[in-house]
Amino acid sequence: MELIYKLLETILPFHFMGYSFMKNAFIAILIITPLFGILGTMIVNNRLAFFSDALGHSALTGIAIGVVFGISDTNLSMVIFAVIFALLLNYIKRKNTVSTDTIISVFASLSTALGLVVLSKGGNFSKYSSLLVGDILSIKPKEILFLVLIFVVTLIFWGFAFNQLHAISLNETLAKSKNIHVNLIDNIFVIIIAFIVMLSIKWVGILIINALLILPAASSRNLATNMREYHAFSILISMFSGITGLILSYYNNTATGPTIVIIASVVFFSTLLCKPYVK
Amino acid sequence: MNQIEKNSMECQTRHKELESNACGLHCIKINHIGVTLGKENILNDVNLHIHCGRLTSIIGKNGAGKSTLLKAILGEIPHEGTIEFKDIKNNVYRDLKIGYVPQHLNIAKNTPTSVYDLVASYISKVPVFFMKSKKTYLKIKEQLKIFEADELIDKAVCDLSGGELQRVLLSIATMNEPNLLILDEPVSGIDQNGMELFYQIIDRLKREYDLAIILVSHDLNYVKQYSDYVVLLDKTIIKEGTADEVFQSNTFYKTFGKLVYMEE
Repeated sequence: MELIYKLLETILPFHFMGYSFMKNAFIAILIITPLFGILGTMIVNNRLAFFSDALGHSALTGIAIGVVFGISDTNLSMVIFAVIFALLLNYIKRKNTVSTDTIISVFASLSTALGLVVLSKGGNFSKYSSLLVGDILSIKPKEILFLVLIFVVTLIFWGFAFNQLHAISLNETLAKSKNIHVNLIDNIFVIIIAFIVMLSIKWVGILIINALLILPAASSRNLATNMREYHAFSILISMFSGITGLILSYYNNTATGPTIVIIASVVFFSTLLCKPYVK
Repeated sequence: MNQIEKNSMECQTRHKELESNACGLHCIKINHIGVTLGKENILNDVNLHIHCGRLTSIIGKNGAGKSTLLKAILGEIPHEGTIEFKDIKNNVYRDLKIGYVPQHLNIAKNTPTSVYDLVASYISKVPVFFMKSKKTYLKIKEQLKIFEADELIDKAVCDLSGGELQRVLLSIATMNEPNLLILDEPVSGIDQNGMELFYQIIDRLKREYDLAIILVSHDLNYVKQYSDYVVLLDKTIIKEGTADEVFQSNTFYKTFGKLVYMEE
């Protein structure tokens, strides 16, 4: 860690790099943003925007469960709950009996309400309100390690299964006829989304996490014509917004997550304007 | 003579009637297929022999179970009965390789998927987001060429016309040299020229390659013109035979009325 700190100070000899919380936040941004950029591409392709949003809201219940059962590390209860939540939604989606957005909406509302009720018992909710907007400046090296781990897992999954995931998103029956394990790949994908959303929600916040997942990929679609460009632009836009947002929030003394979202939105509208000339 | 021998004799005699380059030694037998979803009986005791080098069309009203039958053959939904693929020459059962052409793709406008990305996702292990594999690229281009679609390889899939997309999907379906090609109403939203070209390609495919084709279609004129065998479905097979036999039957009139036939 010391080595990375030194490296950062040498490469970016700015005043803000003098603080270790800024160094941690910077490293976290360097991991979270490309991860969101990559994942966002398939979330947008698979029309899972609503799903990932619901997943973010389920974090409240995850924490509430942790509090009720006295689990000291609420990360654990959050991740477990989110994985179950994601698999359940996937199962219901496959059953195809009710409209998917209705179901997601019902589950999201329920889990938000449940979480709020439990956490606000005794008037203590203010303790958890930082979850709503997140605080990346409070991230610790150990928590960065978790992010690195999930980043590596995602890269491995993407490397081995991206083609299959892409094939499934285009047509499931066709994918099945090519011997692709549709349910397995799809389930792993939503589990990974669940992990990433839960492990980063404390740093970017429930209210805006979805914007960070969706905006870079959505901007990239305005420019890209194939999958390689799609990923490259998405990652670049995500990292650019993240780093710029962090630095701006430091100098303007604003919350980091929302600042990043504003930058990402500006980028989105710019790409929308550029679209007719690029594509 | 036992049942198996009898069946293979039957298959062989049928093949002699055909004039094609297909080996005529493969036979796909669909035995007693039934599908029940919930309490509703959708398909009942469907029996069908499908031969290589032959286009078998399935026609019927909406809700007659055409798509369900395809899904059962593809193994996507639970069903009763069996599907056997037999090599008559050696008299052994083999694994059936199925190529499938879907009705449409779930692809939104503005999706940055090129034709290369689409095809490579189904056939290659090199992740398409990472790099374009030269070997795969050439292989895909060669395959697309068979269907007069090689110049589309770098185009975005969502910008293709209906006819172009169908030719690309055909390329994917035939990539691993299937024994059976399944076409699920493959020509919806395609202009007249595209339709003509599509059916000509199918016709060529069945003559030049060693495979059987099942087509589900609403376009009775094309079915009549190109099919070797027609199956009229309404929960079970209510009439089967050559196009003329089926189209001139009473059952056909009862199902589609006179108007449809007169259109021709």
